Amino acid sequence: MTYEVPVAPGESADIETSTEISGGVWPMWEVFVRARRGVSHVHIGSLHAPDSETALQNARDVYTRRGEGVSVWVVPSREVRAFEPDDAVDYVEANEKVYRMATTYEIPEEVGQM
Amino acid sequence: MSPEERFQSIVDAEDKIEPTDWMPDAYRKTLIRQIAQHAHSEVIGMQPEGTWISRAPTLHRKAILMAKVQDEAGHGLYLYSAAETLGVTRNELQELLHQGKHKYSSIFNYPTLNWADIGTVGWLVDGAAITNQVMLTRCSYGPYARGMVRICKEESFHQRQGYELLIKLCQGSDEQKALAQDALDRWWWPSLMMFGPHDTESTHTEQSMAWKIKRVSNDDLRQQFVDMTVPQADYLGLRIPDPGLRWNEARGHYDFGEIDWDEFWAVVRGDGPMNRERLAHKVDAWQEGAWVREAALAYAEKRAGRSAA
Repeated sequence: MTYEVPVAPGESADIETSTEISGGVWPMWEVFVRARRGVSHVHIGSLHAPDSETALQNARDVYTRRGEGVSVWVVPSREVRAFEPDDAVDYVEANEKVYRMATTYEIPEEVGQM
Repeated sequence: MSPEERFQSIVDAEDKIEPTDWMPDAYRKTLIRQIAQHAHSEVIGMQPEGTWISRAPTLHRKAILMAKVQDEAGHGLYLYSAAETLGVTRNELQELLHQGKHKYSSIFNYPTLNWADIGTVGWLVDGAAITNQVMLTRCSYGPYARGMVRICKEESFHQRQGYELLIKLCQGSDEQKALAQDALDRWWWPSLMMFGPHDTESTHTEQSMAWKIKRVSNDDLRQQFVDMTVPQADYLGLRIPDPGLRWNEARGHYDFGEIDWDEFWAVVRGDGPMNRERLAHKVDAWQEGAWVREAALAYAEKRAGRSAA
């Protein structure tokens, strides 16, 4: 179900997005699912759980209710390190090394598919 | 290129914005608002149907209903996760709902009075939701769009089980068919209200369309829904409670009557039949579950302590 609730006339359109939270908060986990044998685990989403065991159980209930996977990994979100295209110079330079691409080499038609 | 121009060029190219990309503050806030309200709607949406699990007429229907309500919980979780990529926490959003500072879809402030309501909610409410959510699979924000793809697959089950329930009911006794008609009479207009105010009255539409958060206007979505639903009502042999409803050959669409906007705004403001009860039930459930959350955390900490020692 969905949708964006309209702002009633006379009500403020500003919506609060933070507030005080009391009590312990379960840490977040990233969930990876292998759809079937022979393919890689793919990131499917995240969830909260107190420990890895519960995270796996929750992942089964939240992300694989219809046989979406034959194997599930859970990884603590805080352990993920990443780089993004914007701040990784090497990543951009790779696109300039066109000689790494097979399609940059011209091969005569006579020799057939190569 | 300025960050704003770069952002808009990604959006204009139909690429997705991802969590670590620069984005305008207002884009972030609009998404948090919309995704949170969407998540709250899924979670509150468990109540009108959950109340019928114990009264479902057969074991088969009970199993279906339990699976559907479980899906709604799952949808809430996918959506809170998507919102969390924007720098808020699920607990914060939930707390704001509990404090009455966040809203959820008004449709859940109507009661489910008889068994036919369960079929009608699947058919109309989930049908309206699908119309909206199919559009949102093309939303510019990656995590939201991806969540929608998963949700739409599951919503299809929701709508079909509801319609099939009504087919069975309408093939039954006159009394059973009357239940179905009564449910349609009560749910038709609130379902049309789900698409929100007219485009001319909608405060967010224009900016949301430019950002490609929203891809189709409220009135266009509502028209799509009416066009799709009228033949389905005909098949059931039920009458849609709108004297103004008729096929318009020139437009190639159904014309339909005007929504009671006073009722619409009253429910948005909190004065629908079930607003107070829904929120009170949600807060109670959260408070009653506190010991489980605390115990799970304490247990995890104890075990972590042991393995470290």
